[in-house]
Amino acid sequence: MNKVIYSILGPLAAIIIALFIGAIIISLIGKDPVEVYGVLFYGTLGNSYGIGQVLFKATPLIFTGLSVAFAFKAGLFNIGAEGQMIIGGFAAAWTGFTFVTLPWIILIPLTIIAAFVGGALWGFIAGYLKAKYGSHEVINTIMLNFIAAALASYLVNEIYGIPATIHTPEVSGSSFLLRFDAITGLFPGSPFNTSFLAAILCTIIFYFIINRTPFGYQIRTLGLNKNAAEYARMKIKKLVVLSMLISGGIAGIGSINFIFGYKHYYELGFSEGAGYIGIAVALIARNNPFAIIITAFFFGILEYGGLTINTMVPKELVTILQALLIILVITFVRIIDVLKIKFLKSA
Amino acid sequence: MIAITKTFAEKVIANNSISLSVKKGEVHAIVGENGAGKSTLMNILYGMYPPDKGKIQINGNEEIINSPARAIQLKIGMVHQHFMLVPPLTVLENIILGSEPEKNLLLDFKKAKERVSQITSSFKIDVNLETKIENLPVGLQQRVEILKLLYRNAEILILDEPTAVLTPQETNELFNTIDFLKSEGKTIILITHKLNEVKAISDTITVLRHGKVVGVTGTENATIESIARLMVGEDKIYEEKKANIREKKLILEVKNVTVLNENSVEAVKDVSFEINSGEILGIAGVEGNGQHELVEAISSIRKPAKGKITLNNAELKEEHNIAHIPADRHRNGIVMDFSVAENLILGREKENLFKKDITIDESKVKTFAEKLVHEYDIRPVDIDIKIKSLSGGNQQKAVVAREITKNSDLIIASHPTRGLDIKAASFVHNALIKESDKGKAVLLVSSDLAELLKLSDRIAVIYNGQINVIFDADKTNEYELGLYMTGSKVKNE
Repeated sequence: MNKVIYSILGPLAAIIIALFIGAIIISLIGKDPVEVYGVLFYGTLGNSYGIGQVLFKATPLIFTGLSVAFAFKAGLFNIGAEGQMIIGGFAAAWTGFTFVTLPWIILIPLTIIAAFVGGALWGFIAGYLKAKYGSHEVINTIMLNFIAAALASYLVNEIYGIPATIHTPEVSGSSFLLRFDAITGLFPGSPFNTSFLAAILCTIIFYFIINRTPFGYQIRTLGLNKNAAEYARMKIKKLVVLSMLISGGIAGIGSINFIFGYKHYYELGFSEGAGYIGIAVALIARNNPFAIIITAFFFGILEYGGLTINTMVPKELVTILQALLIILVITFVRIIDVLKIKFLKSA
Repeated sequence: MIAITKTFAEKVIANNSISLSVKKGEVHAIVGENGAGKSTLMNILYGMYPPDKGKIQINGNEEIINSPARAIQLKIGMVHQHFMLVPPLTVLENIILGSEPEKNLLLDFKKAKERVSQITSSFKIDVNLETKIENLPVGLQQRVEILKLLYRNAEILILDEPTAVLTPQETNELFNTIDFLKSEGKTIILITHKLNEVKAISDTITVLRHGKVVGVTGTENATIESIARLMVGEDKIYEEKKANIREKKLILEVKNVTVLNENSVEAVKDVSFEINSGEILGIAGVEGNGQHELVEAISSIRKPAKGKITLNNAELKEEHNIAHIPADRHRNGIVMDFSVAENLILGREKENLFKKDITIDESKVKTFAEKLVHEYDIRPVDIDIKIKSLSGGNQQKAVVAREITKNSDLIIASHPTRGLDIKAASFVHNALIKESDKGKAVLLVSSDLAELLKLSDRIAVIYNGQINVIFDADKTNEYELGLYMTGSKVKNE
């Protein structure tokens, strides 16, 4: 129990301190931090629409957070969730606007599989290069992000795109993911949709694989002590490839929120850096799948909160505030950690 | 040192009001089992961490030693068990590292060399100053460590388990050096748990147990048995005796095996031997002579470049489930951040024993782990705590328990008792003997010759990647093995 309190206390204190520093910056440009924060909190958490928006923004971050965390469990740093999400997204969208005659019961699983396979392919490339040639996954995944973005741009602009737009044709209506406002009447007006349920399911599967199966056990061994994994005669190369593949696949599914739950087509730039924010999400959540949901929710507040105060402070300031908050939260979580260790030692 | 107390994390009292007085010009041995508080006490003296209570007097003056730099100022020096040398630098560079003489912002090598040569000749420590550390045998590296201290004018030299890595010949030379240093008026504090060495070299002995001083005695008044009793306490150490009657069956055959190391150099060259069921074959050798690569080849972690390894008359495959107690348990044997239970199934996670559908059945793991923790006396009796909070001895017991309960006809034990106290070591010895009595073949790699002589039926000596001689254990001795280990003798004539 104590452990749980500590792990919540850290990020919580960090957020408070981060908000405080943010307040100083807001004051420095001559605005009232109380007013700005007031709008931010009311806009995000103070009404049903706002909460829906936050959850909508949080959904892809759960996927990318899980993606980064999965690779990290195996000791691999997947910086490529962004690219994996792009490729997975395009594959899913292509499936969605190509097999228009399929009924939803087949098409929806098919699009999700396509999203997974696309992302998995991108993860696999980095994992294979790492296992086979030892080239570092950080460099590989960053480069693959560039390739993914360029490839998607080519596919949209040159082949599949609708002229004068930056998006593909609309996907089949039977592949749409239902919005919660349509099902329940909650969160009216927000595109918050059932892909969130897929995210929750994915979290549970993540936990199950990592903590309950021999495969997950091997992944954790590899991540914590590669030399022990070698001596236990685990197939390290295979594990590296598989964990990058699964990691990429999870990131790929992260695309369905936007494509099938909101815009219903593939649009260039749809990912909005979710792959990169996923790194911060996984880091703060310490790769714990359930903590990732909570952390993603917090980042959802930041993302959508930025939009709510857009009219009060310059757009650039919102971006700065977001980035600053991420840095501060990560830093303060570390500081609290160190303090905790010192405190426990002296107690 | 007066009434030194040090506790870690509130629970562990490493030093409980320990007082130690060392006279100038004596060799003072501090003995005790692992975890008795020897290293903590010395680290306090060397300024690595502050004591909670107590004070330290040097030459009658009370001193606060808050850093190794302060300790060096007070002319206290320490040779750690793991040497603090920079392998690609020369002996001279290593000696002057950190207190280099300067001239016009440049290193004054000439002056440095003069000073160091002066020290080497006055203390009769022979070593070539221009050789790189990485090309020196361990015994000479240790001399460099001692020279480092003398270069810094140390009067009190702390040697932490100095003979752990040495051959008998090197140990003799070290003792000669210690004697000479003593005759020059230096004070030496020797931390060890090898009692015959204590008896041979020290003047005074302080015995620690569970963080307390349990005896201080002049060496001439003590016997090895009396010191051992003080160290271990009242508990008797039970020694398993090896059974002699065995049905022999060929288990492991290594034939003309050559193994490459990471740099594609032949670390093991054309090695052949066999081990039968119920037999313990010892491999003696100075570390770095190919044992590591040989063991990795036999445990199918590394593919041999040439030759053939057969297990039960079948060619060795990756799928072979071989019990392997690795030399470096922290690196290869356990996952520090895993619980004891998780560590007890490392490498065995796919066994049917723990299977339920596609998952690992936690209740089966729990039953298994609890059984092992009791049978192998792993303490504390808690399978859910992280293994990193266990002592080295208990971690090793966990590795031994996990490996020998594998259903494997071959057990590879590499330095299985390194760093263990007497009790834990004899526990491991007994476990190995029991398994061999059950008809398992055991390959025992060790640099501890007493251990090899005690356990093995036959002892092969590996030198420079080659095995040229295999002795019957009862027809050889430490001295003879030492000659072959160091390459002084190569072939049995």
